[in-house]
Amino acid sequence: MPVVKDFELIEHTADVGIMAYGDDLKEAFANAARGMFSLIVEVGSVRETAHRDIEVTAPDEESLLVTWLNELIYLFDAENMLFSRFVIIELDTARLKARAYGEPVDNTRHRLKTGIKAATYHMVEVDRSKGCRVRVLFDI
Amino acid sequence: MSWKKILNKIDDYCWEVPVSYKEGMRVPGRIFASEDMLEHIWQEKVFQQVANVAFLPGIVPYSLAMPDVHWGYGFPIGGVAATRIRDGVVSPGGVGFDINCGVRLLRTNLTAEEVQPRIEELTNALYNNVPSGLGSKGRLRVNEKELDDVMVRGSIWAVENGYGDAEDVEATEESGSIKGADPRKVSAKARQRGIPQLGTLGSGNHFLEVERVAEIFDREAARAMGIEEVGQVLVLIHCGSRGLGHQVCTDYVALLGRAVQQYGISLPDRQLACAPIQSPEGQSYLAAMACAANYAWTNRQCILHWVRESLVNVLGKSRREMGLEQIYDVAHNIAKIETHTVDGKSLTLCVHRKGATRAFPAGHPDIPKAYREVGQPVLIPGDMGRGSYIAVGTEAAMQTTFGSTCHGAGRMQSRAAAKRSQRGADVVRALADRGITVRAGSMGGLAEEASEAYKDVDEVVDITHQAGISRKIVRAVPMGVVKG
Repeated sequence: MPVVKDFELIEHTADVGIMAYGDDLKEAFANAARGMFSLIVEVGSVRETAHRDIEVTAPDEESLLVTWLNELIYLFDAENMLFSRFVIIELDTARLKARAYGEPVDNTRHRLKTGIKAATYHMVEVDRSKGCRVRVLFDI
Repeated sequence: MSWKKILNKIDDYCWEVPVSYKEGMRVPGRIFASEDMLEHIWQEKVFQQVANVAFLPGIVPYSLAMPDVHWGYGFPIGGVAATRIRDGVVSPGGVGFDINCGVRLLRTNLTAEEVQPRIEELTNALYNNVPSGLGSKGRLRVNEKELDDVMVRGSIWAVENGYGDAEDVEATEESGSIKGADPRKVSAKARQRGIPQLGTLGSGNHFLEVERVAEIFDREAARAMGIEEVGQVLVLIHCGSRGLGHQVCTDYVALLGRAVQQYGISLPDRQLACAPIQSPEGQSYLAAMACAANYAWTNRQCILHWVRESLVNVLGKSRREMGLEQIYDVAHNIAKIETHTVDGKSLTLCVHRKGATRAFPAGHPDIPKAYREVGQPVLIPGDMGRGSYIAVGTEAAMQTTFGSTCHGAGRMQSRAAAKRSQRGADVVRALADRGITVRAGSMGGLAEEASEAYKDVDEVVDITHQAGISRKIVRAVPMGVVKG
């Protein structure tokens, strides 16, 4: 069955989440990151003028997903970086290496929507039964 | 299945989730709510979350939920969990990402009649004077050393640097500086997020509100707070520890998530990650949490200063003439080491309040002298349209909720649903029709915070009053609102 969408939003009373899909885990993790930035900004308005190399480790795949997204939240909050494209270079159960492409916030072109405090472990899921599907909820 | 088959009624405002509800619960849950509210609480699966919190080692004697409870990520928002410090755990998720998110209230001698003609100007001045919104940077420029001071000394640091005075510190929970802060336990990432954001309101549900007293329920208690009459103007500040607190929580949920297995703790939800209070991980979290809490108090102290400046500039009167005194400042996302009586025994506990306010009674040594006779002021913001309350803590709260009560109205609607059902511009118009001026950084953010997204604060506060866990003193309604 072909994957028809990259990600969708999950609603939650206090917060919001992302269900992201991919043919493999790398693609699903990249789509989760893109889904997360779609909450922050119109991703189409983000140019690829800069990049950040990211390497994170965690004890299992679910933690790796949360840690990866929290690293991106940190880069947004501390360095004002918005990202629109993600290339996952390496991904195994304990380690992720990626390059995220984007640019610093420019208030003349970017209309920021929602701030995200963190990705949480609540109901986090990595499901490989039909393609790859990952779920994460945010505190916003 | 209906909630009626699950809950045991304790009284009209207190309902028990028995330990049989979910295998692994160490203690029952107790939800403070009216019967009318339970259907919604049940549908939101809050019972499940209250039950999950009851898994925490060392929890006594109940996993508690206040009437504004709603579904959170892991712990419910509006939850209180007390664990024995001897053999219990501390959980960063039981505090939340916005460590020491809280509320500060300023009184004035001004009347609504005086302020109403200038409300637009005043709201604009507040908006311009207090940095707010996503990605905003503070007016303060602290270096690494100063950040250490902020994290250790809290409000006192702000006062020493010209933001407010000693009386403000007196009128702050923990005197604006919780003990045990150790900056070495705060990561470089948290520091990097915190440095530029000191002195900012933030976004989301954080706000500044100019309000007028609409009703006084207890004149004597109101007088102790400097509130004499209906129409008197107050200013409410609601914000927290910004990116610094968020990163501290992120770091420690990850760290304690790894410690859980090591300590042989079994949990139904990974966001409840915890470690024994006496363990190195538990102690490190408490030391880092204290840093973030102190940062939040500094943040609100600086913002208070700019609020006073704005009032002086717009109204052309001195601070003294306007009587700009702080009533109180409460934390509603925090873990505190407190002594309580459980089953007739005095125990030292770690009381997690996540979306809950401390509500200590008259006579308690930890509350300022000015309030010893009436009880600790509890500041309960509602939503932008319906206003807010001042209550005081009670002896009943001490006996049933570890001296805790609600923290606000509590969300009813998801942010996305709120945005679908109304646009930011409609919210502005609806408020304007009622004479309320709003300035907001983001229209989408404004729609998310519309009145309809929240439970009715009147109902929530009435339940805390009927249940006896706090006593309502004053109701105030908004005149001008600044949203991040």
